[in-house]
Amino acid sequence: MPQLLLELLSEEIPARMQANAARDLERMARERLLAEGLLPEALKTFGGARRLTLVAEGLPERQPDRHEELKGPKTSAPDQALEGFLRKTGLSKDQLVEKDGVWFATVHRHGRATAEIVAEMVQGIVRDFPWPKSMVSGVSKLRWVRPLRRIVCVFDGEIVPFQIEGIPSGDVTQGHRFMGSAQPFRVKDFDDYAEKLQKHHVVLDPEERKAKILEEARTLCFARNLELVDDAGLLDEVAGLVEWPVPVLGDMDPAFLDLPPEVIRTSMRVHQRYFAVRNPATGKLAPHFVTIANIAAKDGGRTIATGNAKVLSARLSDARFFWNEDRKVRLEDRLEKLKGVTFHAKLGSMYDRVQRIVSMAEAIAPFVRDDDATRSKAAEAASLCKADLVSGVVGEFPELQGIMGGYYAEAEGLDPEVVDAIRHHYKPQGPNDDVPVQSVAATVALADKLDTLVSFFGIGEKPTGSRDPFALRRAALGVIRIVLSTRTRLPLKQFGSDDLLAFFADRLKVQLRDEGQRHDLVDAAFALGDDDLVRIVARVQALGEFLATDDGANLLAGYKRAVNILRAEEKKGPLPTGVAAAMTGQPAEEAALIAARDAAGASLSAALGNEDFVGAMQALAALRGPVDAFFDKVLVNSDVEAERENRLRLLANVRDLMGQVADFSQVTG
Amino acid sequence: MVRRLFCACEQIHPMHDKPLSFQGLILKLHDYWSRQGCAILQPYDVEIGAGTLSPMTVLRTLGPKPWKVAYVQPSRRPADGRYGENPNRLHQHHQYQVILKPNPENLQELYLGCLEAIGIDPGLHDIRFVEDDWENPTVGAWGLGWEVWCDGMEITQYTYFQQVGGLDVFPVAGELTIGLERLSLYLQNKENVYDLQFNDEFTYGDIYLANEQQFSAFELETADVETCKRQFADMEREVPRILAARGRQGQPLALPAYDHVLKASHLFNIMDARGAIAVAERQSYIGRIRDLCKMCAEAWVASQGGNA
Repeated sequence: MPQLLLELLSEEIPARMQANAARDLERMARERLLAEGLLPEALKTFGGARRLTLVAEGLPERQPDRHEELKGPKTSAPDQALEGFLRKTGLSKDQLVEKDGVWFATVHRHGRATAEIVAEMVQGIVRDFPWPKSMVSGVSKLRWVRPLRRIVCVFDGEIVPFQIEGIPSGDVTQGHRFMGSAQPFRVKDFDDYAEKLQKHHVVLDPEERKAKILEEARTLCFARNLELVDDAGLLDEVAGLVEWPVPVLGDMDPAFLDLPPEVIRTSMRVHQRYFAVRNPATGKLAPHFVTIANIAAKDGGRTIATGNAKVLSARLSDARFFWNEDRKVRLEDRLEKLKGVTFHAKLGSMYDRVQRIVSMAEAIAPFVRDDDATRSKAAEAASLCKADLVSGVVGEFPELQGIMGGYYAEAEGLDPEVVDAIRHHYKPQGPNDDVPVQSVAATVALADKLDTLVSFFGIGEKPTGSRDPFALRRAALGVIRIVLSTRTRLPLKQFGSDDLLAFFADRLKVQLRDEGQRHDLVDAAFALGDDDLVRIVARVQALGEFLATDDGANLLAGYKRAVNILRAEEKKGPLPTGVAAAMTGQPAEEAALIAARDAAGASLSAALGNEDFVGAMQALAALRGPVDAFFDKVLVNSDVEAERENRLRLLANVRDLMGQVADFSQVTG
Repeated sequence: MVRRLFCACEQIHPMHDKPLSFQGLILKLHDYWSRQGCAILQPYDVEIGAGTLSPMTVLRTLGPKPWKVAYVQPSRRPADGRYGENPNRLHQHHQYQVILKPNPENLQELYLGCLEAIGIDPGLHDIRFVEDDWENPTVGAWGLGWEVWCDGMEITQYTYFQQVGGLDVFPVAGELTIGLERLSLYLQNKENVYDLQFNDEFTYGDIYLANEQQFSAFELETADVETCKRQFADMEREVPRILAARGRQGQPLALPAYDHVLKASHLFNIMDARGAIAVAERQSYIGRIRDLCKMCAEAWVASQGGNA
């Protein structure tokens, strides 16, 4: 079956856009081919520094013939409408079919040649391509991410002819910009294309480029008894900056090792896209770096290594200047400057925000650890935690916020717990980041996030759909993780609105679902009106385990049956209230359930009093047999009104008893 | 002279020979871009912060007319003054500016040819085009392109202009901006800008150290903020007044008006260097300059300047 090869060769595509572009190209081609009834056996795309490539295997030569049913005008419509429809379809009136007062035509369409469809498809894709930013160049109106230079479009060994804004399709492409002949060459099909690119020093597949970089960089390091510091994000980026990756190991002046390692690593990564290198014995940074060049240089990379080392020295000299200057100013003396930094138009300056975080930290501290030292250290750390935002190093490297504050606090000789709290107060920054657990640090980290949540909810900036510009979901998840890992009994209602509480419930559901828990159980636990996340999670866990047992599942069924009966009876008139009592002559099963109710009630309140939810579930489990037996043998709707009322009371008693543990009506299944 | 007879080696390994002096670098660039059909212009004679801000770029890239120029622009950055004591921060550095409108299809190749012309061999050095979306809010301009890296050092800002003064640039102009001091430090393998050979007779320091010392003291300490503020207000009033007038051919006086925008911009930079611009005022000043610039750009496009 024929193959389609498409290459869009352009000037250098930003590295961060390549992977998405390859995905978009694949999606658009697949959708458009399918819409034409053309189903490829395989479709693959590649993104790189200068080219987007698509190969579709096993396409038919022609589109299959198709019968299409077209809807026409109503039979009651004026004649002109019908005439128009007949003109459009090329049919006569007797060829139409009437269904429910509407004319329908069946049109037979001959399948078109695939090449013809491909030509239209490529033009459409280029026109509609969703680049995050695009541009025009020269006198052309064609929008692309950077100027588009060549189009290779070969189907079944033949060029698919078309042109886009003066760029004709063809079967000619180019290899590496600097290596090899740099002469354009012809390609027959994908295998020929991939092989010739390799010969012309282009590694087409980004995964292959990454593998080559890692393997060669590690080998370089290993030969010098060093170890590459892995960085997946950086690897993705550098693999998009080069067509022929060649790692080069360079030397850094060891004198720079007195800078904080985060500063060195960030300068290498952000400014220079270098990998850091460490000493495998000590785990500390070594005075070297690995840059990924785009050429195998004539001198084996000596010039490249020297040049890059010089640039790195200049960068690190700048960083050292800031680092030295920054430590001359106490964090406390920077606070005034925060008044000039806007946090949010409606929420005031960063200085205002710090004041709020301090109050929040003071309010939270007793729940984290109830002593004066925690409270005063948390307040001190909170007041200084944003001061590094106006320091030189953070101005240069915003991602080092917090970390630098920690270093400056340390240099000032502040209390180690305060230092730790400043350093870690942004944590956790994502699902894989660790959580501050030491009490001062946990307090400030909580205060930072709760202030964000309370403030933005206060001005109505709640996340909607995929829009969460202030990362409130991450903040709420951070609160949840800190509270749970420190087992902090934080009454959230004291700090936020009902809206915010519901938002937490939502986030908790996501978190528990990711851990494999049932999210309906979170609803069942939240419905009790509790705002203590530690207690809620303990309840959810015990509930999950209970419902997985035979007793749990059966009791849930009994509960639902009781609730259904009560609901049905409620429609007839008000339900009797109060406690079901022992009555002479009542069936043994009824008496047994009353006894079980009382026994369970006693052990339940003891267990709940101790927040022993496993015990509470055991207490409920004891109800399962009596409940089953009751439904089995006893008719609730007795003709004797007193009997009926007592039994309804009993069902309500059981329901309410269970309701102390969770709202079982929220549990599905 | 004898060596010149065997000049092949100089063409292949110029880095091994005596490196280009600062002025030699400029001459090579002039020679190369002149051969590409560019008019080699003299620096614009108003204080300017960057080569882009010259009217030879800002105004001339607007409108339908083709344009090809190359020039050196002394670029004043008062806040970067370091009294001549910092090895590479300067109150005034030099930018080499090339504009080709419409940008030819082979602009990247032309640019790489220019690197070879000044002795940067792409078989030896790692040349990379790294995403950099250029934007200058004070003149309402933006474009897409790259910073070009040579062995990890940014040597050129390469941009396809999309808008200037808030107006679409079409045909599109390609802009190359080269920081001459930085490139020269690289070519001469020096650490300190004042040690650069300007030519065989003078160092960069011989020529510019006094300027750096005096202008740093002026711009960071001595310039009178009140005077600057008053002059800024004067410039702001002058621009619309000048634009309201008409020349002999009936055109608005966009060029003289734009000079006044440049002056306002430089006054703002001095006030900024003096630490007299509060964070809250900053955006407002930039917005005012942008508005003035936009008025000039519109007047330029609407009149003969843009169309003839």
